[in-house]
Amino acid sequence: MRAGMRGDARSYHRLLQELAPVLRGLASRGFAQHRLGPEDVEDVVQETLLAVHLKRHTWDERQPLFPWVYAIARNKLIDNLRRRGRQAHLPIDDIGESLAVSELPAEMNGVDAERVIARLKGRQREIVVAISIEGASARQVAQRLGMTEGAVRVALHRALKSLARAFRADPP
Amino acid sequence: MKTDDLIKAIAEDGAASARPLSLRVLVALGIGGLLAAALFAQALGVRPDIGSAMQTWRFVGKVVITLTCFAAALWATAQLSRPDAEPRTALAAFSLPMLLLGLAIGVELASSSAGTWSARAMGSNSRLCLASITLLSVAPLVALLVALRAGAPRSPAMAGAAAGLLAGGLGAVLYAIHCPDDSPLFVALWYVPAVALVVLAGAAAGSRVLRW
Repeated sequence: MRAGMRGDARSYHRLLQELAPVLRGLASRGFAQHRLGPEDVEDVVQETLLAVHLKRHTWDERQPLFPWVYAIARNKLIDNLRRRGRQAHLPIDDIGESLAVSELPAEMNGVDAERVIARLKGRQREIVVAISIEGASARQVAQRLGMTEGAVRVALHRALKSLARAFRADPP
Repeated sequence: MKTDDLIKAIAEDGAASARPLSLRVLVALGIGGLLAAALFAQALGVRPDIGSAMQTWRFVGKVVITLTCFAAALWATAQLSRPDAEPRTALAAFSLPMLLLGLAIGVELASSSAGTWSARAMGSNSRLCLASITLLSVAPLVALLVALRAGAPRSPAMAGAAAGLLAGGLGAVLYAIHCPDDSPLFVALWYVPAVALVVLAGAAAGSRVLRW
């Protein structure tokens, strides 16, 4: 993350990839505690990753990264449970245990994520689909759509923000 | 959408650092503070006998207490806007200025005769005090809440309350250099409810606009 903050895109990508399974473990445990199936686990993972990204300036670089990530994940998990009308109470002390989760469920698509991405408006959606699903770079997308790379980046950033908002507004 | 795909999009957006939250808070405080100071200069102004007032412990105490409130709230606001905030932070921020005020009240009660207490507490400007502190706090509170939308508070209401204490503290510092009533009894009876009102407003607004 520290390298990522200094603009090292590759370490940032790797960090996010490493966080995903940890978050998946956390979310499945949370859902299991509430006797809920794993259908929505991936939504919590994705919402947490978005929040980690969009709120990265609230991390104090002098502090260890994981408690901060865990706090965000916990918040997003509680939000998700609340949206489904569950009383959410998660013990704070399961950080260690959740880190130990190594057997992870196979990755599934987010359920809400499909609906949520469908809500993005034309340009933003094109850009997100091109970059995420087709794996294009911002420069390639810019060439394809006849935009400047800067404009693509701005649109991408806005799209990620709308994604985060859409998750929040999504009814159960 | 698969999570790996989302990660690609996030990584492409890049990690290059966004402006740190503390900087945003300071900028908001600067803007809100300037607006409040302009309003203060326009409507109230510094008391004419400021030079001799600064020689008295009551005036100095009053300014120190309001400044402490401001400083503690600044720290608490920055802390409580993080997802991993320690809620006890808020308690510390609220209790430090109260402790100083309690101390000053003790000295006041010990050093003045009981017959003068109620006159000291009622002062000459209580209604102006309530109105001024709350009105001076409006611009800073709004600016702070806008800045804190970039935060990720564990409890949006608590972060809003801290912002309210910060804005109220700023209003109190400004009003303190206008108001001729210097007794700690007056501060306790009128400054505290005025700031508390701003804290409540901040908490109510925060629980709505600071969700993330």
